[in-house]
Amino acid sequence: MRLLEVILPLATYINMRIVIAKPGLDGHDRGAKVISRALRDGGHDVIYTGLRKTPEEIVRIVNDEDAEVLGLSTLSGAHDSLIPKICEQLIENRLGSVIVFAGGIIPERDIEALFRSGVRAVFGPGTPTSDVLDFLNEALIRKQNGDPVGVGDDSGWNWND
Amino acid sequence: MTDISNLLESAKLGDRRSLSMLISAISESGDSPNINSATGWILGVTGPPGSGKSTLIGQMVRKWASSGERVAVLALDPTSPLSGGSLLADRIRMEGEDDLRENVFVRSIPSGKTPGAVSPILWPICNVLSECGWTRIIVETVGTGQSEFRIAALVDRLLLVDGPDRGDIIQAEKAGILELADVIAVNKSDLPGASSAAQHIRSSLSLASDDNREVVLVSAKEGHGIQELVETIEKCEPQNTRGKMMMMERLISEWDSILVSHPEIDKIISELCDGSITVREAIEILVSSVRDGGS
Repeated sequence: MRLLEVILPLATYINMRIVIAKPGLDGHDRGAKVISRALRDGGHDVIYTGLRKTPEEIVRIVNDEDAEVLGLSTLSGAHDSLIPKICEQLIENRLGSVIVFAGGIIPERDIEALFRSGVRAVFGPGTPTSDVLDFLNEALIRKQNGDPVGVGDDSGWNWND
Repeated sequence: MTDISNLLESAKLGDRRSLSMLISAISESGDSPNINSATGWILGVTGPPGSGKSTLIGQMVRKWASSGERVAVLALDPTSPLSGGSLLADRIRMEGEDDLRENVFVRSIPSGKTPGAVSPILWPICNVLSECGWTRIIVETVGTGQSEFRIAALVDRLLLVDGPDRGDIIQAEKAGILELADVIAVNKSDLPGASSAAQHIRSSLSLASDDNREVVLVSAKEGHGIQELVETIEKCEPQNTRGKMMMMERLISEWDSILVSHPEIDKIISELCDGSITVREAIEILVSSVRDGGS
């Protein structure tokens, strides 16, 4: 019974619709699946897109699923062209309030540019899954306070700084 | 409510963003926009887990979309009773070709707290989709358990999908779902055993002399038999004889949703766990407050 008391408020506390996507020619999705599972266990509704999606497809999925959060996993090295493109298209399609984060193999030197395109967090290999949940919690609190967190908002805040 | 009406207006004009937000608004609030009697075309797809429902739906969606229909798919997935979260991955198997995408809308729906897997919000969502010009609406169920019965309450055509030699169809028969299905597809015809499975089902159907439902052999993976399946589904008329049973299910599902959304439900469950009240007393409390116009 105590279990119920603990779980029910958690479940209603944050329950966001999150799309986890694999953009581009990249066939490895263990990381994406681990994250999807961890977010589900954290009480979220997670929609995993499957492999090799174009930016257009990803934006369409975010729209149709009305997701509040988009997580992009890339290990192919194409993050610097694909992720900004996805961010732009989200904004063009009136999805500027979506919170975007990225993960995978992303070199330190490329992270700043991703933040400039509206990404709010970049998670590298070895990140504990609880970090991602903490990031989402903080992003949600900021969103509720009316602070900019969406991909189309001012790029004041990011999780990594 | 005005929010919902505004969204409906722009969704009807073809704005996909509004449609998507409208579905969220209905899911969150449980409000439904005022739409007069639905005239939608709704197909339910049910069957045991792993029988290939999503892949088969993907194939059918392509057929319908390329013949000019606008196809909307609602994919139901179970919600974890522990974390409240869900992992909705069915759409992986349903993506259409690029040029068809304008005419295909896929939305994943966590089945939520509602028992019976078919959330009561599905009915208003289907109404909204038909109102917005989606001519083929497909509801994919979780694919397990007796709760699949409930899908019959919502749809006007029901497709049952099974795989070869799994013996699951016998389970399905037990659950009564076979009786409700309008069309039965035996999937994975590329594997051995599929045609004998189909034969097995046909012979079980033929025990009733007036049962002329079709059993179609398909391979969602290879794309075989899809055209025939789509034609068979198109041919079948909604059964009037099911009317009474469907209404019964609809009533039960509405009743369930009143029950689980009752403001006192958590407290009552705690008391039941404590043993401070009995189940009968709990029902008494719930029913009397519903009668008083609460919830």
